[in-house]
Amino acid sequence: MEARRVPRAVSDPKVRQVGFFAPGAPPDRSQSGPPHPASSSPPVSDISPSGNSLSPVMIPPPRHLSADLARGPHFSPAAPLSPMRAARDSIPVGSYNPSEFVAPTASEFTDDALSPNWTARRSNSGKFASSLPAGGFDMSSLKQNNFPASSLTTVSIVNMPPGITEKDGGAGVEVQKERSKTGSKASSKPLKEQTTKAERRAIQEAQRAAKAATKGDGSKTPAASSGLGSSANANPGKAAKASPQKKDNSPVAASEKRGSDRPQDKDRKKDVPHPRMQFDDKSRVEKAKKRSVVKQTEAKNRVELFRHLPQYEHGTRLPELESKLFQLDPVHPAVYKVGLRYLAGDISGGNARCIAMLQAFQESIKDYSTPPEKALIRDLTSKINSYVSFLIECRPLSISMGNAIRFLKSKIAKLPLALSESEAKAILLSDIDRFINEKIILADKVIVRHAVTKIRDGDVLLTYGSSSAVELLLIHAHELGKNFRVVVVDSRPKLEGKLLLRRLVGKGISCTYTHINAVSYIMHEVTRVFLGASSVLSNGTVYSRVGTACVAMVAHQFRVPVLICCEAYKFHERVQLDSICSNELGDPDMIAKVPGRKEIDSLDDWANSDNLQLLNLIYDATPSDYVSMIITDYGMIPPTSVPVIVREYRREHLWT
Amino acid sequence: MWYRSASFILDQQQNDGVAKPESRLLSPTAPPLSMAETPQQIPKISAYYQTRAAHHGVVTSDWLAQAQAAVGRQADEAVSDDSLSLKSGESPKAFSVIDEFNNWRKQPELAEAVAAIRALASVIRSSEANTMMELEIELKKASDSLKSWDTTSISLTAGCDLFMRYVTRTSALEYEDFNSAKSRLLERAEKFGEISYKARRIIAMLSQDFIFDGCTILVHGFSRVVLEVLRTAAQNRKLFRIFCTEGRPDRTGLRLSNELAKLDVPVKLLIDSAVAYSMDEVDMVFVGADGVVESGGIINMMGTYQIALVAKSMSKPVYVAAESYKFARLYPLDQKDMVPALRPIDFGVPIPSKVEVETSARDYTPPQYLTLLFTDLGVLTPSVVSDELIQLYL
Repeated sequence: MEARRVPRAVSDPKVRQVGFFAPGAPPDRSQSGPPHPASSSPPVSDISPSGNSLSPVMIPPPRHLSADLARGPHFSPAAPLSPMRAARDSIPVGSYNPSEFVAPTASEFTDDALSPNWTARRSNSGKFASSLPAGGFDMSSLKQNNFPASSLTTVSIVNMPPGITEKDGGAGVEVQKERSKTGSKASSKPLKEQTTKAERRAIQEAQRAAKAATKGDGSKTPAASSGLGSSANANPGKAAKASPQKKDNSPVAASEKRGSDRPQDKDRKKDVPHPRMQFDDKSRVEKAKKRSVVKQTEAKNRVELFRHLPQYEHGTRLPELESKLFQLDPVHPAVYKVGLRYLAGDISGGNARCIAMLQAFQESIKDYSTPPEKALIRDLTSKINSYVSFLIECRPLSISMGNAIRFLKSKIAKLPLALSESEAKAILLSDIDRFINEKIILADKVIVRHAVTKIRDGDVLLTYGSSSAVELLLIHAHELGKNFRVVVVDSRPKLEGKLLLRRLVGKGISCTYTHINAVSYIMHEVTRVFLGASSVLSNGTVYSRVGTACVAMVAHQFRVPVLICCEAYKFHERVQLDSICSNELGDPDMIAKVPGRKEIDSLDDWANSDNLQLLNLIYDATPSDYVSMIITDYGMIPPTSVPVIVREYRREHLWT
Repeated sequence: MWYRSASFILDQQQNDGVAKPESRLLSPTAPPLSMAETPQQIPKISAYYQTRAAHHGVVTSDWLAQAQAAVGRQADEAVSDDSLSLKSGESPKAFSVIDEFNNWRKQPELAEAVAAIRALASVIRSSEANTMMELEIELKKASDSLKSWDTTSISLTAGCDLFMRYVTRTSALEYEDFNSAKSRLLERAEKFGEISYKARRIIAMLSQDFIFDGCTILVHGFSRVVLEVLRTAAQNRKLFRIFCTEGRPDRTGLRLSNELAKLDVPVKLLIDSAVAYSMDEVDMVFVGADGVVESGGIINMMGTYQIALVAKSMSKPVYVAAESYKFARLYPLDQKDMVPALRPIDFGVPIPSKVEVETSARDYTPPQYLTLLFTDLGVLTPSVVSDELIQLYL
């Protein structure tokens, strides 16, 4: 076992790192941020002799100072650093130091500004070298420190020149001007690279708050944004603290943001999946509307807490889309068809949707030919992107589909350039086939094989809704001659359980059918609960059809084991604590109307009353405490081991 | 089920249907101990517990009878295995893993799994295979026969599996020359045996930080690892007190208290039902494990679960000492979801034949009742066990 331990030991530091770390950065990296701005901001510059020197990477605005002062205790780490900085004047550490401490000439500076990536990296590494020995840092406080600092950078550029001229007088001014031209992009960009998702989220939040302030419709949006802030594990208090400061010169900030936001967005696309569109952000929604193919009317009377999720009036989209069939040349007919079927609700269920999408992509790849003077890799990727955005307009992607798209894109990106078009297409087609076969169909078979060992004679199994994996399992167990009974629990408005019930009864399995209202009543006779999942997140949270959490909690209370059947391709490294920040809204009419019961249709004109909001959620999140076991194609694992699977297998098995 | 529900009727019907085969199934086990001495009962007894009884020298009247029968059975098996390996034609000199295993097993200090690992290593040594594939097949056969020798021992199965993983998953198999590849394999096999052998020492060292002066430790069952831990603590001149459960029915606690008394450690014996009574004096609970399962829970001698429950409700830490070769790819959902390991119970008085006796020898303690696991891989929380298992097996 020792030999096995050795490779682990090597990768340990990478694996164990917690908190705000940039991907691929050494763990101590986050230390570099805070001491730097601190050293050049006035209060500390008294202490450190080098504090007056220009910082080429990041110039803190006057406001920054006040923010730092407000956070007094966190600020202290800068003090032990100052001797280090003094020492560095004589002993240069890292290649970048000279330009950092000798008064920079204009030419030197432009050089750096022109190669932003390089400078950022070098200067950072130089600083690590220097900041590392100044140990005894409280890592947590530093992390906090780092976070607001970078969150303010987008705005900082604007205020920088006056702040500097005060301090430095003539020497720096030229440089600064030089910089304000070239540097606005360059200085913000490298910093963006080392911010993590949470930080960017905070930036976004702060910007939104600023914008809200400019528009002056204050009350609503900040409230919503701070509510959201709790989900990004950045403390909302910080964001809130930043926002009032922004209001001081918010017109400038807002206009500046436009410029600096773009490159940041571009960067973001590369490494981390795009954050979800927040539909309570009005300007973004406007922009998205301009781009969108499908004309959608947004539903009125949305529930306050869920305004960030898209919701459209049902029935308005389908005819619109159908009429546009011949106007939409960029979308392949197969993709178009699948999109329409998503919209109409013909295809539902994670696996079915994912397979339908992949097969549509296959069709489109078959018919694809590279336009002249374009590279297949780039052109096909952009094609796929446009298809995906079309599909998103029809119905938000499920996590499994997102993973499949990620797989396909990485396959396209990794195609060797030397291949001819037909070869490349053949490879892609077989890759997609392989994905469908191995990750979905075969995975289901393996899951069934594992799960069937947990069914004993005389068991009473409970399932909720309609999960394809659970259905396969029940049928397989029945074929093996196991003697068991099934309780199918269902709920309005979709009543998917009825279809499952029909198929199970058709196979001769003895079933009981009930609605979720009776789950606490039926649970005492149940011995196992088998549930499907739309996704399993890396904290073990199961993201599944709404109602699953309720069933799991009742089962837990009755000490009945809850087993989740979920293919490993649906695992996601995201962490989610509630069902609010990311979810899907269904058609509110579905819960307002009961088909066949005219006498209780009192909610017919609900949309016209201002004081009524209907909420039809599609998914919910089940905390891992209520889950006994997750059955995947890698075997039976406890919910705490989901991140292990994601860590060990995603890289080589799914995204390659 | 005394609730009434709509589907109660259904249950009734189904139970009626099921009841008959069930009762037929149960009938051989239902006649209790009065029948235990008869030969047909003996195959039901877990070989694992026979071995333990043999090592721990607890001799009861019925144990003797079973031991005699068991010897006969073992001989039979050894013969059949010999004939099997002869049939395969790969080892003409009729080398038997089981013999080798039993040879190693005679050392009382050597764990069963380590004995198996040693035996498998000697399979490689004495193999006359000419290709890597042949050797692997031979090894696979040997480990299968070892596993089938006693299906109730978790550590034996897990140890064999781990050995196969550790030894055959190596770049050594890509050597050009078969002999050098084989010697490399042998090297790995011996190294693995050595690691497993030393595991107990490592655990004893690791757990020293957790035993503080003046603490009271409750132990349950006779675990050689726990004994090693306590012995090391005593040698380090720590002052502590042991509460030792009696450990019915094979009285393992008596033997443990005997060992501890030799080390001059103050020991107090409790009957198994006095655990909750004395739990408030206890600072920590220390148990061994037959097997550590994927959820991070443990399978151990009967009574561990209830001790863990009592400890949890009184907020006392429960520590488990277990070598990593006991990590098994099992995932029991509840107590009945395991391969049953049965064991006779001597009540001292004849039991009427109508009375049923629960003869299960072990129970499953879910991970939420355990605080930490001391293993040779380090001190782990229960959730890390699955992490390690995934790394070991997938």
